[in-house]
Order: sequence, then C-alpha cells, then structure tokens
Amino acid sequence: MDFPLFHLDFLGNRLLIALIATLHVVISHSLAVGGMALVAMMERKGLRDSSWDQIAKKTLFVFFVVTTTVGAMTGVGIWFSASLVNPTAIASLIRVFFWAWFVEWLVFVTEVVMILYYYLTWDKWTGDRKRAHVQLGFNLALFSWITMVIIVAILAFMMDPGSWHQSKNLLSGFLNPIYLPQLAFRTPLAMVMAGGAAYWVLCFVKVDDELRSKATAFIGKWILGWLPFLLLGSWIYYQVIPEAMKAHMGVAITTQEYISWYKSTLYTIFGAVGSVAVIALSAITFKKLPKLVMILPFIFLIGLMGMFERSREFIRKPFAIGGYLYANGIRKDDYPLLQKEGILAHAPYVSIREITPENTITAGRELFTLTCTRCHTVTGVNSVTDRFKVMYGAEKWEPQKISDYIAVMHQARTFMPPFPGNEKERFALATYITSLQNNPEKLEGVQSHGLEFNAKDESKVPASVQEVNQ
Amino acid sequence: MKTPIPHDIPLPLPAAEGFLKILLVVSFIAHILFVNLMVGGSLFTLYYQWKAKQKKLYDDLAQFIAQTITVNKSMAVVLGVAPLLLINVLYTVWFYSSNALTGIAWILVIPLVAIAFLLTYLHKYTWEKWRNQRTLHMSIMGVAVLIFLFIPLIFLANVNLMLFPDRWSEAKGFFSTLLIGNVFPRYFHFLAASIAVTALFLVWMLKTKWTASYKTLLDQRVTLAREFYKIALGISLAQFFFGPLLLFTLPKVGLSGSLYLAIGCGVFFAAFAMHLMAKEIKTLTDTQFAQRILPISILMTLTVLFMASGRHLYRENALASHKEAVRQKTEAYQAKVKEAQLAASEIEALAGGGNRGQKLFQSCAGCHAKDTRLVGPPLTEIAKIYEGNPAGIVAWAKAPGKKRADYPQMPPMTLPDEDLKAIAEYMLGSH
Repeated sequence: MDFPLFHLDFLGNRLLIALIATLHVVISHSLAVGGMALVAMMERKGLRDSSWDQIAKKTLFVFFVVTTTVGAMTGVGIWFSASLVNPTAIASLIRVFFWAWFVEWLVFVTEVVMILYYYLTWDKWTGDRKRAHVQLGFNLALFSWITMVIIVAILAFMMDPGSWHQSKNLLSGFLNPIYLPQLAFRTPLAMVMAGGAAYWVLCFVKVDDELRSKATAFIGKWILGWLPFLLLGSWIYYQVIPEAMKAHMGVAITTQEYISWYKSTLYTIFGAVGSVAVIALSAITFKKLPKLVMILPFIFLIGLMGMFERSREFIRKPFAIGGYLYANGIRKDDYPLLQKEGILAHAPYVSIREITPENTITAGRELFTLTCTRCHTVTGVNSVTDRFKVMYGAEKWEPQKISDYIAVMHQARTFMPPFPGNEKERFALATYITSLQNNPEKLEGVQSHGLEFNAKDESKVPASVQEVNQ
Repeated sequence: MKTPIPHDIPLPLPAAEGFLKILLVVSFIAHILFVNLMVGGSLFTLYYQWKAKQKKLYDDLAQFIAQTITVNKSMAVVLGVAPLLLINVLYTVWFYSSNALTGIAWILVIPLVAIAFLLTYLHKYTWEKWRNQRTLHMSIMGVAVLIFLFIPLIFLANVNLMLFPDRWSEAKGFFSTLLIGNVFPRYFHFLAASIAVTALFLVWMLKTKWTASYKTLLDQRVTLAREFYKIALGISLAQFFFGPLLLFTLPKVGLSGSLYLAIGCGVFFAAFAMHLMAKEIKTLTDTQFAQRILPISILMTLTVLFMASGRHLYRENALASHKEAVRQKTEAYQAKVKEAQLAASEIEALAGGGNRGQKLFQSCAGCHAKDTRLVGPPLTEIAKIYEGNPAGIVAWAKAPGKKRADYPQMPPMTLPDEDLKAIAEYMLGSH
C-alpha cells in the first residue's frame, strides 16, 4: 500500500517471482548443495582410480558454469523481483532477518571464492596435493549446505513465525517450528537432484564406455542411497505443516480448476518418486541406461520440486508472513483502521480520496491495484475475470452481489485475505470488477504509467519538516 | 514536494543506523571495485583482441585479460549482495520506489547479466577453437560488452531517482528516469573509473605469479605496464573533466560543505597517485618493475573511500527533509492504527449474544442467498434436501463434492464442527 506498485498484467507478479525463484532453487539445490558433494565424492574415487577424474571435472565444469551465471543471477533476481512484487513483505523480512542474511552473505562469499578456487586449481593441485583438493571439494559442499541451512529458516519463518509474534527478535524468528523439518526435507532432495543433474551431464559428455558404466552405476547408488532420507524428510516435514495450511494443499498442488484431480496428482507424485528409484536400481544392476531414461529422474525431480515450492508458497496464504502480513502486502494490524476509514484515505499514491458516483470505477481500479494485484491480473494469468467467470458464468455480474461475496470471500476461500477496505470501497471494487465482464482492459503498473496521486496531496509537507534541510 | 509522503515499515532497524551506513559505504566499495574490473576487463579484452591483427602479443594479452573477467564477475555479483541488502534496509521507501518506477529495466538486469556472463564463458572457452572465426569470436565479447555498458545505467537511474522523491511524479518508465538528476555525468565518471582501475589492476597482475604461464607477456611486461600506466594516467586526467561535470550537475538539494571537503580530499589523493604513475612511466624497468603499484593502489583506495563518503553525504542531505516527513507521517499513522485496533477489540467484546448460527452464516452468504441462486444454490433448495438432517450439511460443508453441472464446486469449509452445526441448524430452521 505504501509503495508505488509494479504490475505485470500478462504474466502476473506471482509468476514472475515464481519463475525466477524456481530456476534458482533447482540450480542451487541440485548443482550447488547436492552437486558439489557429488563431485567431491567422484573426485575422491579418482584418488584410487584416476579415470574418475575426468568425469568429475567435466561434471564440475557444467555445474560451475551454470551456478556462477544463471544460478548467481537468479539468486539476486529473487531480491529484485521481491522488491517489485511485494515490497512490504521483503522489507519486513529484511528488518527481521538482516543478520541472518548478512551471515549468509559471508558464507556465500566464501562459497564463491571456494568454487572459483576449486575449479581453477583442478589441474594444478596434482600429485601430493590432490588429497587436499578433494578436501577443498568437501569443504565447498559444506559451505553450500550452510547457505541452505540459513535460508530455509527464513522460508520456514514465512510459513509459521512461531514465537516471533510476541518477541519480534531474530532468534525467535530463526527457531520457528517448521525450520528443521523443512531442512530435513530439502537436504536429501538436493542430494537426489544432484544425481539427476549428473545423469544429464553424463548424457552429453564424451567419456569412454568403461567409465560411463562405472559412473552410471555410482550415480544410481547415490540416488538410491538418498531416496529413503527424502521420503523420511517429506514425512517429517508434512507432520509440522499447520492443519489450516493442509486444508489448502489440494488447491495448492492442483489449482482451483483441477482440485478434483488432487488424488490422482498425489499418485503421480508417488509414481514419479517410484520410477526414480526403479531407474536408479536398474542403473546399478545393468551399469547402463538409455539416454532417454537417463534424463528422466532430473525432469521428475524438477517437477516434484516445482510442486513442492508452489504448495509451500500457496499454503502459507492468506499470509505473506504468517499472522503478520497478508499476501496483499497489508499488515494484519492495519486492518481495523483501513476497514473503518478506508484504504483510499491512507494510501499515498491514489488519485481518489472520496468515492463519488462519477469516479466509482476509477476508484475501484485503484483499489484493485492496491488490494488484488500482488496475486491477480485483469487479463492475464490468474485473472480476476476468470475467477468470477467460474463463479457466475455468463450471467450478468452485479456489483452488489460481488461486493457481498468479497465481504465474506476469505471465509469460503480461506487462502484469500479479507478485504482490507471499508464497505464503500468494497462496492467500488465490485463495480470495477463488474465493468470488466464485457470490457476487460489491461491494467498497467507504475513502471509504465508513472505515479498517480491526488493533486491536493502535493506539498503536504509539514512546516516543521521544511526547515530540516536549511 | 510534488509527490505525496508514504509511510515507512514499522519495524526497527536491525542495528544502529550509523553502523549500517558505514557497512554500506565499505561493502559498496568492495562491490564496485570488482564491477569496475569486470566492465573494464571486457572493454580491454575487446580492444586488444581487435588490435591483435597487428601484433600477436595482443592476442595473448586479450586472452589473459579474458581469464580475469569470469573470476571478477563472480566476485562482483556476490559482493553486490551486501550493499543491496543494506540499501534495502536503510532506504527501504526510497529504493523500492525507484525500483518499481523503473520496474521493467530493473528486472531485466537479471536475464541480461546472466546472458552476458554466459557469453564471457563462451568467449573464454572457444579461444582456440574459433581462432579462425575471429569476427564471430569477437562479436560474442562485443555483445557482452554492450550489455555490461547498459546495465550500469539501470543501477545509476535507480540510485539517482531515489534521491529526488519530489520528482518521482515525472517518472514514466525507465527511459524517462534517465533525465532526472544527473545520471549521465555519473555514468561517464563510472566508465572512466572502470578503465583506470582495470589498467592499474593489469599492471599489478603482470607483477604476480598469475602471469607466469604467459611467457610472451612476461617478456614484454615493461612495455605493457608502461602502456597501462599511460592509460590509467590519461583517464585519471579525464576525470578532472568528468568529476566536476558530475559535481556541478548535481541538483542543489543535497550539496553541503562536508561534501566538498570529502571530494577535495579524494582529489588530493588522486593527484598524488597520478604523480606516482607519471614517475613509474619514466622509471619503469624489468628489474625495478612496478615498485610503486602498492602505494598507488592505496592512494586510489583512499580516493574511492572519500568519493564514496561524499556520495553518501549527498544522499543523506538530499533525503533529509523527505525522510523526516516520512518518519512523522509513519508515527502519526501508527498511532491511528493502535487506536483503531483498540476500538475494534472493544466492539468485538460488546457484540456477544444474538443468534450464533445467523451470525456465522455470514461466511456463507457470499454464495448462498435465501431464495435466489448466487454462486451456489439458495437456502430453500438446500433445506428441502437436508430436511431434519443438519449433520448432512456439516458433512457436505467439510468435504463438498460436485453435484450440479452448471455450478462451480464448493470449497471445503474449515470452521470448527460446532460452528458448522450452528450454521446448519440456522439454515434449516430459518424457513
């Protein structure tokens, strides 16, 4: 509410952040956290059987190039997109977790220096120093994992802040109830995914047949060895997801349209994990896999992870920060004031302060921007018009009906935040939505049309402030 | 002020403000050093690869510099995270506002830089393979250079725009923000610095063991170092034009005596460093190779430290009045928030009594009306189906199926059983 609001009406803001974050998570889990451990293991095998060295180095090369380009930039991209998509949420998180992030940054700098060193000294630290190089690889894997240890605390905090509500300090935020279970899930997931990614590398690099079959079997063992931990981790994690959030699981995994497919989707997940196990087992037994099969585990695991991240993001709704900040970027504490006096009375960048019959639709559009656009578009992905089409079909929409629905929507659709404004504003929003039925007009964000505000608000700086600068 | 005053985040800063600001200035210097080396390095690589047609030596030199870019770029990104975090936490309102106002360009930084990084790797690892396709090979670096030259404009537009909230209303997309404040003088100052810093870095590299495997470069290192020193000195002289241009085009709002003092100190150390560079150019030999590179680097670091402090002082001055206005407005708003919360909790306490089922039914009223179809069927219809069977309604509400082809499916209700029972009884009893 307090920031100029960026909006992508085609892609949707949520999808922007989701695309960047998912890409980052896939790369950081499989190529960095799991990947470095796997490469170090392969390099260690090279101490006894030097043929391993070439496959270890080739795998590292691919992991190194991808993590230090797309991996690094999508990591920064999460910050960039979060500042656009939900500035209040990311700003609040930074205030609470600043030192966690700062320490993470120190670990992260160490990790980058180590990966540069690890890769660039591969051919230099030979002979007696090879053992030290292997050790460097394991240290690097440890540091990669520590970055995950820190960031998972923050992700878990967003779902359930635990006792932070009372104490509002870093430690209580860090030790939230979902933290360790989520870590227990993500760690083996990263390891299994690294195996999937290593199979991809194996598909595309040139190595002799003997090494190929040795590597095929070894990666199979790696995957199969970590899979039970992944199952255990998911079970532990599932136990601590609050009941109210579990109720959203169906929609989270399948979306509203396909909620009836929830059961079959669950079977698909088990099927995918099962087939990863079968593929790993046949790799161990036959020491050989057709390329087409070899690429499957990584694809299945990316799908699984995408689903997990989507449901993690989804089930914490209606909140962006559990119990503190709603997904619409408005604090729970602000609700009583805004529902009484109106959002338009307090949001800085609105052109309308008083709703009149003439300006109702414009006011509704501004309210839509303020309260809906963090998740919904008008014409694109997850559009408000589609949502209401599902409910009312071809029937003519009526502002009063829609307004009445919005008033209680959060009780029926418990992943939706309550409407933060007053009754007049709710009606204006409903009027705007109604106008979209026959005339869905693309909504622009502040990045293209600039700031809108009320001329009366200009030079509202108190006299006492004017002098500060003199 | 032309734009309205927003509210700040009502959570305390994670540490003393002054301490965080020192961290910001220091961590930013570390970041910008590697950015300079990355941008400067890519320019040098392209330049020497182009000159390699005349002299084979320059091909080796270009390849050597290309090796440094991929390392420096990784450091530039990772060291950028700390200042990003700090500017987010210290200047939340101002930085996020300019991010949103330049939104498309801001988010394009991510894919563009990722592409440029991939190109630098491609360029580095195809050096031998594409030796006979020089144009193709050079154009890979060419595209990377273009991206590296464009990205700083996006960052400068942001750190510049955030300083002038009264002009936020003029921002209509990224390109319009380039005209607010003095983005371009800052840009040229930055580019010149990148070239000078990289030239000095290359002198230093010629002195270290990193060049050991580049025999041809080592043989010619006096000539090369002299050339780099000349470039560094020439560009530093040019900064005596770009620097004042930057200073005199700054909007008046943030100018102060302390700013001039900081800049003056920076210039003093820079002049001293330039004096040493000139000496080096005269006295450089293979036995006494680049002996003054350390003092020169220290002096230049001091220059950067003072310039960065000056920049920080300007930011503080420029934002002082707006910051204070935001603080006052946030305080007043938070007082109102508390007041409204208190009032709301009192109303809730008074509101006991009345028909519980009727009140709870409000959760359902968005979709179910008495005798007309809204989203779901009317109560009259439901009452017929469940006559004398409130438990049936409860069971359905908890796990609804889909009965009617022309209605959307009802979402499951998460209210406690006793509430659902009260609602069901109200639904059946109200007719």
